[in-house]
Amino acid sequence: MEYKDYYQILGIDRKTTQDEIKKAYRKLARKYHPDVNNATDAEERFKELGEAYEVLKDPEKRAAYDRLGADWQKGHDFRPPPDWDAGFEFSGGGFTEKGESDFSDFFEALFGRRQSSDVRHTAFRSQGEDHHAKVLIDLEDAYHGADRTLNLSAPELDSEGHVRIRERTLKVKIPKGVKQGQHIRLAGQGSPGLGGGPAGDLYLQIEFNPHSMYQVEGRDVYLELPVAPWEVALGATVKTPTPGGPVGLKIPAGSFQGRKFRLKGKGIPGKTPGNLYVVLRIELPPVTSERNKKMYREMAEKMAFNPRAGLGV
Amino acid sequence: MKKKEILSVLEGLVLEEGNALTLRQLCRVCSVHAECIIELVDEGILEPTGTAVEQYRFHGDSLRRARTAFRLQRDLGINLAGVALALDLLEEIEQLRSRIRF
Repeated sequence: MEYKDYYQILGIDRKTTQDEIKKAYRKLARKYHPDVNNATDAEERFKELGEAYEVLKDPEKRAAYDRLGADWQKGHDFRPPPDWDAGFEFSGGGFTEKGESDFSDFFEALFGRRQSSDVRHTAFRSQGEDHHAKVLIDLEDAYHGADRTLNLSAPELDSEGHVRIRERTLKVKIPKGVKQGQHIRLAGQGSPGLGGGPAGDLYLQIEFNPHSMYQVEGRDVYLELPVAPWEVALGATVKTPTPGGPVGLKIPAGSFQGRKFRLKGKGIPGKTPGNLYVVLRIELPPVTSERNKKMYREMAEKMAFNPRAGLGV
Repeated sequence: MKKKEILSVLEGLVLEEGNALTLRQLCRVCSVHAECIIELVDEGILEPTGTAVEQYRFHGDSLRRARTAFRLQRDLGINLAGVALALDLLEEIEQLRSRIRF
């Protein structure tokens, strides 16, 4: 198992005071909180911070951790020395008060894992817990609907009250017209109920994979459409992609860079479907051939055009 | 013993923008007491329809807002006014990000 350098994770040294530890944690937690930070590794970082803080904020755990010595380096293969915790008394049985199931093996080797003693033993009927998961879909799936296979793992209690991870695979229908952030409720797919109570529900939060062409805002979809200068100047009907399939877009003569067209109802479908907004971006033909060069030169000579006239020069 | 689960396609219920959730349901999904949700309403973080607490109906998006609010409160020790501000700013950032190319 890998040694974790909790001081390094919080960016502090071993002499840091408890107050400073809290400050360091808060500062990094704000930065890496997965609700605030979009980076893919933010959640990982945040969990690591939580684990480091869980240990270092608690003088008992910190002292025990310090006793492992300062010679360990991050990533070292680690085995807890025998009796390493002799002489320490952990309040609360040494288990984490949060009972997070996803602390590292390293943490669990030192401070234990939440045990069933902590789990409610209810004699009466109660509904199972609700579960939450995210499901990533493509924008196109929101247009057409899709089936998604999800691999979920959730901690569960077995008949003897031990926590074990249950892995399962679900196939879920993503209905057409879902939006970013919307939830789908799957009744009865959460934890089993206790004492014969009904099972909890599973809530799936829809997230869109980033798309190479489209941006999504609610049910509205944006597309930047490259056009040739003459299509903009003279007008043209150009073929434009939409997530629902290509359509013809009429560009009126005298259009300009950034002109926005609304294709009503071509956004994500729904009771009130979104719109597709197409924004023009003028692409200049490359000057790769002598012929093209000549045509540019001709324009320069024959078109009296000063793009900087508005700047007074 | 490992039981093989048969894969049939599950069809769920999409929480629509309309009046999707009662107070009781929202409490359950967020695993909190009603007081915690009512605090979010009092702070203007959630805006249910209905005047009396028993008649509250929450927008489908309330679930996401409420869960984010509780996470921010718990993980970062932010008070409710701060959570309200953070949520508004996060929403604005998200909008700006999605428009960044235009």
